[in-house]
Amino acid sequence: MQAITDIGGPAQPLLTITGLTKHFPLTKDALGGGSGVVRAVDGVSFEVLKGETLGVVGESGCGKSTTARLMMQLMAPTAGQIVFDGCTVGGRDLPLKEFRRQVQMVFQDSYASLNPRLTIEDSVAFGPQVHGVPQRQAVARARDLLDRVGLAPGRFAERYPHELSGGQRQRVNIARALALQPRMVILDEAVSALDKSVEAQVLNLLTDLKAEFGLTYVFISHDLNVVHYMSDRVMVMYLGQVAEIGPSDALFRQPAHPYTGALLSSMPSMDPDHRTEVAPLAGDPPNPIDPPAGCRFHPRCALAAPVCAQRVPVRTITGPHHVAACLVHEPGSGHPQAVAALAQAA
Amino acid sequence: MATSTASSLPSAAAAAPCADSAVPALPPSRGYWALVLQRFTRDPVAMGAAVVVLLLIGLALLGPWLAPADPYAASMLQRLKPIGTEGLPLGSDELGRDMLSRLMVGARLSLFIGITPVVCAFVVGSVIGIVAGYAGGMTNTAIMRTVDVFYAFPSVLLAIALSGVLGAGIVNSLISLTIVFIPQIVRVAESVTTQVRSRDYVDAARASGASPFTIVRVHVLGNVLGPIFVYATSLIAVSMILASGLSFLGLGVKPPEPEWGLMLNTLRTAIYVQPWVAALPGLMIFITSISFNILSDGLRSAMDNKG
Amino acid sequence: MLSYLLRRIVYALPIMLGVALVCFLLVHLAPGDPLVSILPPDASADLQAQLRELYGFNRSLPEQFAMWVWRALHGDLGVSIASNRPVAGEVLTAVGNTLRLAVVATLIGFVLGSLFGFVAGYFRNSWLDRLASMLSVLGVSVPHYWLGMVMVIVFSSQLMWLPATGAGPGGSSDWAWDWEHIQFLVLPAITMSVIPMGIIARTVRALVADILDQEFIVGLRAKGLTHLGVFRHMVKNAAPTALAVMGLQLGYLLGGSILIETVFSWPGTGFLLNSAIFQRDLPLLQGTILVLAMFFVLLNLLVDVLQTLLDPRIARA
Repeated sequence: MQAITDIGGPAQPLLTITGLTKHFPLTKDALGGGSGVVRAVDGVSFEVLKGETLGVVGESGCGKSTTARLMMQLMAPTAGQIVFDGCTVGGRDLPLKEFRRQVQMVFQDSYASLNPRLTIEDSVAFGPQVHGVPQRQAVARARDLLDRVGLAPGRFAERYPHELSGGQRQRVNIARALALQPRMVILDEAVSALDKSVEAQVLNLLTDLKAEFGLTYVFISHDLNVVHYMSDRVMVMYLGQVAEIGPSDALFRQPAHPYTGALLSSMPSMDPDHRTEVAPLAGDPPNPIDPPAGCRFHPRCALAAPVCAQRVPVRTITGPHHVAACLVHEPGSGHPQAVAALAQAA
Repeated sequence: MATSTASSLPSAAAAAPCADSAVPALPPSRGYWALVLQRFTRDPVAMGAAVVVLLLIGLALLGPWLAPADPYAASMLQRLKPIGTEGLPLGSDELGRDMLSRLMVGARLSLFIGITPVVCAFVVGSVIGIVAGYAGGMTNTAIMRTVDVFYAFPSVLLAIALSGVLGAGIVNSLISLTIVFIPQIVRVAESVTTQVRSRDYVDAARASGASPFTIVRVHVLGNVLGPIFVYATSLIAVSMILASGLSFLGLGVKPPEPEWGLMLNTLRTAIYVQPWVAALPGLMIFITSISFNILSDGLRSAMDNKG
Repeated sequence: MLSYLLRRIVYALPIMLGVALVCFLLVHLAPGDPLVSILPPDASADLQAQLRELYGFNRSLPEQFAMWVWRALHGDLGVSIASNRPVAGEVLTAVGNTLRLAVVATLIGFVLGSLFGFVAGYFRNSWLDRLASMLSVLGVSVPHYWLGMVMVIVFSSQLMWLPATGAGPGGSSDWAWDWEHIQFLVLPAITMSVIPMGIIARTVRALVADILDQEFIVGLRAKGLTHLGVFRHMVKNAAPTALAVMGLQLGYLLGGSILIETVFSWPGTGFLLNSAIFQRDLPLLQGTILVLAMFFVLLNLLVDVLQTLLDPRIARA
């Protein structure tokens, strides 16, 4: 395999997603009756910059995992475009197989991500072999990577997944993702199923590997602390849409979207003087089959106004590299707290 | 949370003992089938059945050489002698032939017509089922709906109908039984393949850019053939009973070949004269069928509790 | 739920069409000219031409199929070569006899099987469980035609308690539920019940063990529910599946009765099938298979519908 060359240069985003949409048809029973769609992902647009870690947060059902799978081309989008380093995926400049080399994913369920019939070195060596690396070299590279992620090849290479612990398996998955020398790794709740102490080790490992191999991460998680720790920028998703994107610290200190604010406030506080006593987010997340009209968050929003049920918010800039889709920040939206329409430039 | 910017290898190694402490001295690595075999050998009943099956297979292979007398040698003077007669330890049939020899040699044909259809159905059915399961979509629908039509027939009826139409004979009954079992195997194969296909490791394999063929070969087959095989073994007993049943009706093996079902047929009228001799061939079928059933059950249990 | 039911019923239609197609094609699988089997060997050329025209053998296959289906829907399944009587009539009489046998056998199998299965599941892993499980494995593994022979040997020939063959003094058409007739039913029904008994016992055992293992039972006992209450719960949960299996077994018995009917000379569809095969009576063969297969499809449909009605989890999305 050849070394991957950087096509667009440091300024070009590594991944540009525009209008990504995925609707799943609803089947009520085995006979295929029933109608309606699950709007899992509905018009999501964002960029992933080279060398950064983009965190993605949101509640269950907000579409994080579906977005990840769409990014990986594991399913076909209903609409939308994915551009990788300036090239359309599947187009002339970037055939699908080559794209697969450059973007890899680590899944949440460490046990289900490994073929129970293959030894872990075979699992890790599979990817390179698919891309033409001869078996011996592929296995050698696999062992090297296993060593790199902290699993001594002598002890572990010929083991089967069921003989390893969750943390060890996740290391194997990371090694497997790195075997193809990708440029970007999507981590879909990769540490969510691990014990806290193991999680810390794996996070440290990920940080080290990122520096060593010059990787770009998309870090999906529901754990806000972890996302804050790991990410440079954070994207907040709600019900299949992007609520807010911004620099990690800025977003956590001063969230622009009410949903982000509510999420942050609902984190249990470690400070006895500032206890979290009232859950700021009421009710269950509504269902993606029949999302609310207008702004999807308005039924649960503390700042909701009548106009929120009628008007779909447009993404607005709320700070440096910080955007949010909320009528409060949209000039001239009609929301009582929004500024009036921008005065005509003089 | 501590950041570790110093040399990462020691930190990873230092972290490793913490994660590894749950597995201090690792036992020798055991693959999947080794585990299954280990669990299987702990089940005395299943092991007993396995021994019986091996004996029967041995009988099938070596019957002609082990049999004390010529299974075809007829003698009207020796007709329907009871069990324990001098020189005829299990009696003789309606044409005076030695029952013991006929039963022993009959093992070969009976087991053959019982096991072969299942083997053929396993091969053909697995291919069709795996294709249907992996491809999904219209291919899956087309295949499975066709299978549904065949499933709409009770197996005995289909087997007899096919045999009746094709005519008697070993080959015809093999064909009709294979056709009867293929839909059942396709169903199981498709079901298991669909499950495996939705697993994350198949997604990971797709994400590495492998072709569907490679994925099926490396990731799907190994995980799918096991359950299909176990299901197929559970069909052997049914197949034996059905195959011998066809001979019992006169649709399978033709006389004078020794085959247990056919022997039951020709001895039917003898049940008033020498009932226990007449019942012997059926007993052999029964023993074979039970042993295969217990064997298959034991195999399924051994595979069910994962380690 | 209604839409699910309707859809399920509609879905059965293409299946039935497919089944009819298979039945139709079966006969054309038979080696040789189908006409030869219908005619006596010395038929004149004129007669041959006439019948060829009548049965449409000179038309294309799809046309023949359409004609055949059309006639079948009107109750005309052709004429039996051997008896020269309409196939439909013979089949229906035979079906009645087989149904009598199969229903009784299924009921016996269901009752005994549920009993064994329940005992095995309730006292799981005890000697009772192992015994009951052993019995059900035996039941499933026994070659039923052989068992029939053994029953005849023991109860007919040796003990002389019950008759060996036939369906009673009235033959195939005259039945009454008195001992004179029932005595003919006993042996075949018991023989036939063994396999369903084994299967139902296994199913019920698995269901009972499963339900008892579920945590909600522990919760119910903690709330003070008596053994009887737990039993009622179990019946409610296990019933849909158990009844479904029973229905399916009935279907298999209907279709697969030929072996036992041959042993006992019971004048049912299996027996009819047997004679049809040996006399190369293709119209009778075709008609019998069609009727049996349709019964099976309809029975499966019925079982599905009943299961949906009893078990609300299935129909709800």
